[in-house]
Amino acid sequence: MRTFILRRLLYAIPTLIGISIITFAIVRLSPGDPIRFFTFGVQDITAADIERLRAAYGLDKPIPLQYVDWVGRILRLDFGRSLIYNKDAGQLILELLPNTLQLAITSLVLQLVIGVPLGVVAALKRGTWTDGAIRVFGVAGHAVPAFWLGLMLILFFAVQLRWLPSQGMLTVGADVWDLPDRLKHILLPAFVLSLTGIATYSRILRTETLDVLGQDYVRTAHAKGLRERTVLFVHALRNALIPMVTALGGILAVLVGGALVIEQVFSWPGLGRFTFQAAIAKDYPVIQAGTMIASVLLVASYILRDIAYAVVDPRITVK
Amino acid sequence: MADLLEVNDLHTQFFTRDGVVHAVDGVSFSLAAGETLGLVGESGCGKSVTALSLMRLIPQPPGKITEGSIVFDGQDVLKMDDDDIRGIRGNNVAMIFQDPMTSLNPVLTISRQISEALELHLKMDKGEARKRTIELLELVGIPSAKKRVDDYPHQFSGGMRQRVMIAMALSCNPKLILADEPTTALDVTIQAQILDLLKNLAREFRTAFILITHDLGVVAGMTQRIHVMYAGRIVEKADTGELFANPKMPYTWGLLRSIPRLDERRKEKLIPIEGLPPDLIAPPTGCRFEPRCQYRRDICREKEPELAAVPNAKPDHEARCWGTQNVPGGGWLVATDWRREVGDTSVIEEIRRGDDTAAAGE
Ligand SMILES: Nc1ncnc2c1ncn2[C@@H]1O[C@H](COP(=O)(O)OP(=O)(O)OP(=O)(O)O)[C@@H](O)[C@H]1O
Ligand SMILES: [Mg+2]
Repeated sequence: MRTFILRRLLYAIPTLIGISIITFAIVRLSPGDPIRFFTFGVQDITAADIERLRAAYGLDKPIPLQYVDWVGRILRLDFGRSLIYNKDAGQLILELLPNTLQLAITSLVLQLVIGVPLGVVAALKRGTWTDGAIRVFGVAGHAVPAFWLGLMLILFFAVQLRWLPSQGMLTVGADVWDLPDRLKHILLPAFVLSLTGIATYSRILRTETLDVLGQDYVRTAHAKGLRERTVLFVHALRNALIPMVTALGGILAVLVGGALVIEQVFSWPGLGRFTFQAAIAKDYPVIQAGTMIASVLLVASYILRDIAYAVVDPRITVK
Repeated sequence: MADLLEVNDLHTQFFTRDGVVHAVDGVSFSLAAGETLGLVGESGCGKSVTALSLMRLIPQPPGKITEGSIVFDGQDVLKMDDDDIRGIRGNNVAMIFQDPMTSLNPVLTISRQISEALELHLKMDKGEARKRTIELLELVGIPSAKKRVDDYPHQFSGGMRQRVMIAMALSCNPKLILADEPTTALDVTIQAQILDLLKNLAREFRTAFILITHDLGVVAGMTQRIHVMYAGRIVEKADTGELFANPKMPYTWGLLRSIPRLDERRKEKLIPIEGLPPDLIAPPTGCRFEPRCQYRRDICREKEPELAAVPNAKPDHEARCWGTQNVPGGGWLVATDWRREVGDTSVIEEIRRGDDTAAAGE
């Protein structure tokens, strides 16, 4: 098991290098010059001043050299200073990371807790109106744009009913450990973020449960005289959940990506929103730190998925 | 009613989009305690559906037992509530399925899968069940059972898995085992071993069993009686020796001719029955085998014969064939010797010899 994890970690290195090169290139090659951007409108600034600033941030060198510089600093965990905040970019990102994780993990839990039972129920009630309703819900979950749904929910629950807050993670001035207050804030964004996952999971689970219930070993279980419940939970469900583990890795990617939009809509102070704003403002170090940390998260989630796979399916040997 | 199992006029149907499939259509037979019975017939004739019906394991929908009665050990299986039928499954009646590769749960250990029934039916605690599981695995010939008990099915070969299935079937000392083509999915070399194991253990445990197969060669040394099925019906019943010595129904003759032989020289004599079994949605109104029968007469198409005693045969030998029945226009096959039709008597002689040496056909 340990060598398995080590090997997966080794495989992760080229992936991360690839991602870093691509984001670096996109950021540098996209139109717009950050130094001009920040000095725009500043009176009596000379061309020489701008050149000096550019040199100070290392932006005068050829792009490949800039990349090498950057990698050298990254290896020392130095992400550079934000052009806007004049603070350590890595520090800024790491401070926001828990907020995004909190949102992502809450929606993951919602996805599992809602999506799995929906799929199983749909399979057990195949062909009935319950099945149909779950299917419609699934299609809607995929089709409705998250930002639109988010806005609608805000309008309804926050503006109309005034039941839930419309933005942020915590009421200003509230105690950091005020859990009910946090819960109220996270409910809407986490729900919107979990919708596609719920739809995906319930669909996979429905198909898999139907498939598994038709398997010979389920008939064997019935022939042993086991209760319906035992057959379902002990014999069928474990098998039905295996393919879902594959989906889990992808879902995490969707979550981190989806958080970008959701954080924007709900003004959630997370990594995605911050990186997005940095991208608009051409804050190079922050964009790169943000994408790098998100990528590390993703790669980690894929490794976790593979481990989970090996745990649930004994046929997969871990060497 | 001393019989262990009495099946009367069983009808099991599947309600499909194309129509009602009469998979089992009026099957009656009985089995005494400890008795062994072979249920033989071509693919699709309703053998598995019969077996599954006995345990009420027909998937519903689309299937349903629409008529008849199944009395097991004095109780009417079809009238039991769900709890009672579960109390019988795996406990008094156990089943061994065709494909050992798919019949065991891939994510549960062997120990778990066998212990489960012991804990459920015999109320053993975990420790006892595990001990008994190891004993059972030893009994069915799994080497170093103590170590292998915690393995998963994929770590076992096909033959070993079928041994596990046998251990599972025997675990609660059932009165009846239903073995549905237990060796069809296995290598020829392993088939004989598994059949021997089943036969010997059933004898040791005094368990009655019904062995289902499409190959008459397989049941030859295995069971006391044989029922031949065709298109959802039993078409011939006899003691095993009698059936091989004196088969009466042309369909049975066809099955005998198509017994696969390992011997190269005889392989050439393998004659499959021409034509296909009838559509079970709209079966023929006359004899169901009539369209494929070389010996048919007009009466066969007009009216379906009943299963009736065969003249000049042992008393419990019955056939569903006008050619063997003493009715006006019938009885033309009573004196027909099917061996002469093949032109080679050595085939049947060999089968008869095989009858004494357990696994004929191997
Ligand atoms: N779930 C089902 N739905 C519809 N028809 C079915 C179903 N199960 C079985 N049948 C039909 O019932 C008939 C009998 O099937 P059965 O499985 O008993 O055959 P069999 O004698 O066991 O054949 P084999 O040697 O292939 O196992 C077949 O015609 C089959 O098509
Ligand atoms: Mg079958």
